[in-house]
Amino acid sequence: MEGSVRTQISATAHRTGGIQGFVGDWSSDQTTFKDVSWGKAMMWIFLLSDTFVFGCFLLSYMTVRMSTTVTWPNASEVFALEIFGTHMPLILIAIMTFVLITSSGTMAMAVNYGYRRDRKRTAILLLVTATFGALFVGMQAFEWTKLIHEGVRPWGNPFGAEQFGSSFFMITGFHGTHVTIGVIFLLIVARKVWRRDYDTGKAGFFTSRKGRYEIVEITGLYWHFVDLVWVFIFALFYLW
Amino acid sequence: MSIASDPMTGIPAAEVEDVELYHPHSWITKYVFSQDAKVIGIQYSLTATAIGLVALVLSWLMRLQLGFPGVFDFITPAEYYQFITMHGMIMVVYLLTALFLGGFGNYLIPLMVGARDMVFPYANMLSYWIYLLAVLILAASFFAPGGPTGAGWTLYPPQSILTGTPGGQDWGILLMLSSLMLFIIGFTMGGLNYVVTVLQARTRGMTLMRMPLTVWSIFTATVMALLAFPALFVSCVMLMLDRLLGTSFFMPALVEMGQRLNHEGGSPLLFQHLFWFFGHPEVYIVALPAFGIVSDLISTHARRNIFGYRQMVWAIIIIGALSFVVWAHHMYVSGMNPYFGFFFATTTLIIAVPTAIKVYNWLLTLWRGDIHLTIPMLFALAFIVTFVNGGLTGLFLGNVVVDVPLSDTMFVVAHFHMVMGVAPIFVIFGAIYHWYPKITGRMLNEAMGRFHFWVSFLGAYLIFFPMHYIGLLGVPRRYHEIGEAAFVPASAHDLNAFITVMALIVGFAQMVFLFNLAWSLRHGREAGPNPWNATTLEWQTPETPPGHGNWGKAMPVVYRWAYDYSVPGAARDFIPQNEPPRGPAG
Repeated sequence: MEGSVRTQISATAHRTGGIQGFVGDWSSDQTTFKDVSWGKAMMWIFLLSDTFVFGCFLLSYMTVRMSTTVTWPNASEVFALEIFGTHMPLILIAIMTFVLITSSGTMAMAVNYGYRRDRKRTAILLLVTATFGALFVGMQAFEWTKLIHEGVRPWGNPFGAEQFGSSFFMITGFHGTHVTIGVIFLLIVARKVWRRDYDTGKAGFFTSRKGRYEIVEITGLYWHFVDLVWVFIFALFYLW
Repeated sequence: MSIASDPMTGIPAAEVEDVELYHPHSWITKYVFSQDAKVIGIQYSLTATAIGLVALVLSWLMRLQLGFPGVFDFITPAEYYQFITMHGMIMVVYLLTALFLGGFGNYLIPLMVGARDMVFPYANMLSYWIYLLAVLILAASFFAPGGPTGAGWTLYPPQSILTGTPGGQDWGILLMLSSLMLFIIGFTMGGLNYVVTVLQARTRGMTLMRMPLTVWSIFTATVMALLAFPALFVSCVMLMLDRLLGTSFFMPALVEMGQRLNHEGGSPLLFQHLFWFFGHPEVYIVALPAFGIVSDLISTHARRNIFGYRQMVWAIIIIGALSFVVWAHHMYVSGMNPYFGFFFATTTLIIAVPTAIKVYNWLLTLWRGDIHLTIPMLFALAFIVTFVNGGLTGLFLGNVVVDVPLSDTMFVVAHFHMVMGVAPIFVIFGAIYHWYPKITGRMLNEAMGRFHFWVSFLGAYLIFFPMHYIGLLGVPRRYHEIGEAAFVPASAHDLNAFITVMALIVGFAQMVFLFNLAWSLRHGREAGPNPWNATTLEWQTPETPPGHGNWGKAMPVVYRWAYDYSVPGAARDFIPQNEPPRGPAG
C-alpha cells in the first residue's frame, strides 16, 4: 500500500541531518520538531508573536520621529549624568545594558546547571539573574524619575518633539513590564528548584502538570528574548 | 514509551508519553471552569453566537433607518454610527474570529489530529474566560455614559477620539480599545495551544499531509492571527495613550471649533497602516478556516476525495503568506504614496491565483461525485457561489483606478459582506449542521434546516445584489440618510426599502435556526457515531459525544489520509483514517 510505504520513509528519515532530515521531520507523524517539548515549542511561538509586538512599537516610533515637525532631542545629552563633576553621556543606559547582558550570562549558566540537576547552583544562579533584572528595573525607575523631574512628560518635554517623551515612556515601559514579569517568573522557578519540585516531579498548582528542569530553560528563552529586545531599543532609541 | 513501532504497517512508536489529563471533580470544573477543549469550544461558540445576535439586531436597526429614512426617528445619526461600529467589530472579531478559531478550533483540532486535548488545557481555559471578559466589556459600552464608540469599525484617528464622534471623549472608545486588547491576550493563549497541538501532539501515523484541510486551515489562520494581532494591539495601546494622556502618536496639529488642540506631529496614516496590517490578514483569518471546512464538507457529502489535496494545502499557506503584503489596498484613498498603490494592487491580484486554484479544486471534487444534497452540502455549494461573487468584485476594488470612485460607496459594503460576511457564515452554518450530530449525538431537524438554508441563501442575494447596484450609482456608505442628492435616482430609495425587508426576513430565518439548535437537542433524531459516513478521526471516537480524553484507553493510529471516499475495490464508499490497510505493508 502506498500510504504505509510513505510512513516507513518518514519514520527513518528524521534521524538523518541536513535538508533531508528537515524534510523528514516535517513529513513525519506525531511531532514536527523532534525532541522539542510542548512547553518549549509554545514559548518559541509566543516569542515570535511578541517580536511582532516590539517590531510594531519600534516601527511606530520611527514613523512618528519622521512625521513630527519639531526637532528630535539629542538622546546622548538627555540621558547624560553628572558623576563626580564629570559629564558622562548615556552612562546610566550603558550600565543598565551591561547589567542586563550579564544577567543573560547567569541565566545561561542556570540552565546548564539545571540540566545537570545541580539544584543549589541552579537556584542561586536564578536568584542572581532575578537580582540583575530587578536592578535593571530599579535603574529604569531612577531614569524615569530623573526625566520626569526635568519636565519630560508623555505629552511634551522641554528638549524638542513631544513624540520623544511619548515613545520613550511607552517603549521602555513596555519593555520594563516584560522584565518585571520575567523577574517574577525567575523567582517562582527559583523557589520551585530550591524546594526540589523538579527533582520529585511535583505537579504545578494551576496546571497540574509535572515540573521538570526544562522549565528553567523555557524561562531562560523568555529572559534572553527580553535582553535581545533591549539591544534593539538601545540601538534604535538611545544611540540613534 | 510503551507502544512499540508496528512492523506490519511501518507506523512509528509513540514519541510522546500519554499526558496526565486534568480530571474534573465537580460540575463546576466539568462544565464551567472546564479545561476540556470540547467544552471550551462550545463555550466559545455560545458566547460568540450571543454577542453575534446583538450585532444582528444592530444591522436590523441600521437597515430600518436606511430603508425608511425619517420613519424611525428614535435612531439618531450618532446612534446610527454606533450601530455601524459595533456591528462591524462584533461580527469580524468577536463572532467570526472567535467562532472559527476558538469554537471550531478547540472542538475539532484535538479530535481531528488524534490528541486527548489541547497541549495546555489550563491556558486554554484562561483564553475563554479572558475572551468572555472582553465581550462583557464591549457589551458594557452600550450602557456607559455617551454610549459605545461610533468611530466606524476601523477606529481611524483623529476622528475616533475627538468630540464630534460618539464615545470619542466618553467611555465608548476606551471600552472598545480595552476590550480589543483583552481579546488579543486571550486569543494568544488559545492560539499558541492550537498551533502547538497541531505541530507536536498528533497521534501515531498522523503526518501533516494526512491532516484534514479543516485542521490545516485553522492552523494557518492561527499562525497568521498570532502575527497580525500584535499590530492591532500596538495601535490600541497608542490610541489609548493619545486619548488618555494626550500623546500625539496618531494626532497631527488640529483645530477643533476654532480651538487649537494640544496635539502635534503625529501620523494618522501610521494608524491606518498598523490597523490594516492586522485588518487584511484578519480577512483571511476568517476566510481560511471557511476554505478548509468547506473542503471537508464537499468531499464528505460528494463521496469523493478532495481534488488536489497538496495544492489545497499549499494554496492555504501561500494565501496566508501573501495576505501580509496586501494591506494597503484598503488605503488607496488615504493619501499615502501613490507608488504604494501600484505595489499593493499587484500583490492583491496575485493572491487571486491560489484562491482560484482552491475554487477549481472544489469544483473538480464535485465533478462526477456522488453528490448528496444534505444541508451541509447545500451550504457548501452556496459558499462557493457566494465566495466567487464576492471575489470578483474584489478584483474591481483591488485596482486603484476602479477603487477610487467606488471606495466610499455601498459597493464596498456589498463586496465585503459577500466575501467575508455571508460566505464564511454559510460555512459556519454548514459546519454546524455537519458536526452538531457529533457534538450532541442528535441530528438537526431537516425541514427547519432546509427552510433556513433557502431563505438565507436567496435572501443574501436579494440583499446584496441590489446593494452592489446602488453602490455603482454612487450611494455613499456610512450615511445616516442620503437625502435629496441629485445623482441618486428615486429607484435607489425603493431598492433600499426592498433590501431592508429582505434583511428582516433573513434575520427571521436565523431565529428558526436557533430554535432548531435548541429543539433538536432533545427531539432530534439519534445520530449514531458516524451519520455522514465520514473518514476523519472525530467520527471514530468510542463515544458520541466524545468523552473526556476523547479516545478512551487506546489512542487511534492513522494509516491513511482523510479523503478515502469511494475507493475502488473497497467494501464501503469510505475508509476511516484509522482503518489499517489489508495485507502486508510494502
